[in-house]
Amino acid sequence: MNIVVCVKQVPDTATERKLRSDDKTLDRDAADGVVNELDEYAVEEALRLKEAHGGEVTVLTMGPGRATETIRKALAMGADKAVHLSDDALHGSDALATSYAMAQTLKKIGFDLVILGSESTDARTGVLAAMLAERLGTPQLTLANKVDVDGTAIAIQRVTDYGFDKVEATLPAVVSVVEKINDPRYPSFKGIMAAKKKKVETLGIADAEIAAELVGLAGAWSEVAEFAAAPPRAAGTIVKDEGDGGTKTADFLASKKFI
Amino acid sequence: MKLTDEYEALRKTVQGFARDVVAPVIGDYYEREEFPYEIVRQMGAMGLFGLPIPEEYGGMGGDYFALCLVLEELARVDSSVSITVEAAVSLGAMPIYRFGTAEQRATWLPRLTSGEMLGAFGLTEPGGGTDVPGGMRTTATLDGGEWVINGTKAFITNSGTDITGVVGVAAITGTTAAGKPEISTILVPSGTPGFTVSKKYSKVGWSASDTRELSFADCRVPAANLLGERGRGYAQFLQTLDEGRIAIAALAVGLAQGCVDESLRYVRERRAFGHPIGHYQAIQFKIADMEVRTHTARLAYHHAAERMLSGLPFKKEAAIAKLVAGDAAMDNARAATQIFGGYGFMNEFPVGRFYRDAKILEIGEGTSEVQRLLIARELGLADL
Repeated sequence: MNIVVCVKQVPDTATERKLRSDDKTLDRDAADGVVNELDEYAVEEALRLKEAHGGEVTVLTMGPGRATETIRKALAMGADKAVHLSDDALHGSDALATSYAMAQTLKKIGFDLVILGSESTDARTGVLAAMLAERLGTPQLTLANKVDVDGTAIAIQRVTDYGFDKVEATLPAVVSVVEKINDPRYPSFKGIMAAKKKKVETLGIADAEIAAELVGLAGAWSEVAEFAAAPPRAAGTIVKDEGDGGTKTADFLASKKFI
Repeated sequence: MKLTDEYEALRKTVQGFARDVVAPVIGDYYEREEFPYEIVRQMGAMGLFGLPIPEEYGGMGGDYFALCLVLEELARVDSSVSITVEAAVSLGAMPIYRFGTAEQRATWLPRLTSGEMLGAFGLTEPGGGTDVPGGMRTTATLDGGEWVINGTKAFITNSGTDITGVVGVAAITGTTAAGKPEISTILVPSGTPGFTVSKKYSKVGWSASDTRELSFADCRVPAANLLGERGRGYAQFLQTLDEGRIAIAALAVGLAQGCVDESLRYVRERRAFGHPIGHYQAIQFKIADMEVRTHTARLAYHHAAERMLSGLPFKKEAAIAKLVAGDAAMDNARAATQIFGGYGFMNEFPVGRFYRDAKILEIGEGTSEVQRLLIARELGLADL
């Protein structure tokens, strides 16, 4: 089975994240880059599927040059090789443009199964899996906390507010995973050393037949009009229980239309 | 001092593991004086117990410096976990890799490097540590193709866990041609009749690690359990201890760094007289001094490790690293608990643990006084 895992380098959530004042995109120099946490679950799931069914795991990332750090981590965990889509023309791509660029690349490199984390910790749109599936013309199986593959049949448990749905499809397909699905392994030193020798293919937009006018800031369908720092959290309301704490709490929740 | 990419990736990986897996639970293990089997299992899966050992024995094919980096990152969060790895690798597996026969390597190393089994080394006795052979009483005599061991070993790390598999025991095996005691190392599998492991010591620090007294009463093992050559025991553990000093220095640097990390966080949050306490020079200078000690001790152990891996003499450098790092850990722990005030005296705060864990770093793997002795000897002062 040819599995492609899409990973994204994001600013470390433990540090202060900023947008650039000039073009209102992420300031990548302001924070350390790390692997999007949810993508580590995607890598782990891909490795488990490979261990169970055989095949090959390819890491695909779109991002600037320094995103190679993220690729190395996924390779150290055990992925076989990587494709790095990197081109100045991609800077500022929104979710729709990104899905186009990624889909073009996926068509070029081929796949039986594409696995992604359910969202990134920076933009948090959570739409890429659905957009990719649409562009690739494959089934989408999103928010999986369990994935089973049997031949060309794939079944997942899709997490919902009330429990889970069982979703079945036929490969090729696109799957997004949630953090409950597994415990990602830590790379071993042997894995880290081996990662240095694994193949990383760098593609520009021409290599992946991506039309420049459909990507980047100019090709984006959405625009960041303005941004501001999140306001400091207001002090909470303390309900003092004088025998009527239950009523007061219920009244408060009702006033906020929670109940 | 820039680490190569792969060392840096290893350091970051272990840093994340220590933060996400060790830090949330280790305080409770410490409080209960319980050995953290689950953490050990996970460290085994990451290959930490086989770092400096070649892949053919199940190791990671790394080097001793990689091990030191790991010990430092673990000790930034907790010393019990770090010493468990240090003793298992440096004292348990390495002597078998260095000095063992092909059969001994094949028997023990795959399980030791995977962390499935822990090894230990018994040198110190109730009546003597560094004073070998003067303070050594344990004997082993050959009888009918078997070693018969009698004696007691004290303060032996990793010797009594559920997964301890083998202990290297230094013993007097005869008299040399020069009339001095002949010392050899014998591998004793856990559970051998006549080999008794006492209950755990109640310790001031390192409370989630396993430390025990071992006694041997007519304990018999096959003659083939001799580690390497007969009479080479003294030379074997001198080499083991020189390396081990660099590893303990790395652990001590980790503790010293942990004190800096915790203090930097706390002095931004804690307020007094209208400012975060980090605003005040009394606190700033304390932290600056902590940083200086940590940094210089780190340079010292990196330098010693670099000499060792280059095949250069490193005895003096290892002793210097151990000495300054032990002092840095102790001084930083004292400063950090002072910064934390009353909270520093509470076991539930990491710096309280650091304070309890620091003292042994001036004692174990050779006391600070022994390090000075070694340094003076290397400077040619021993023969005056």
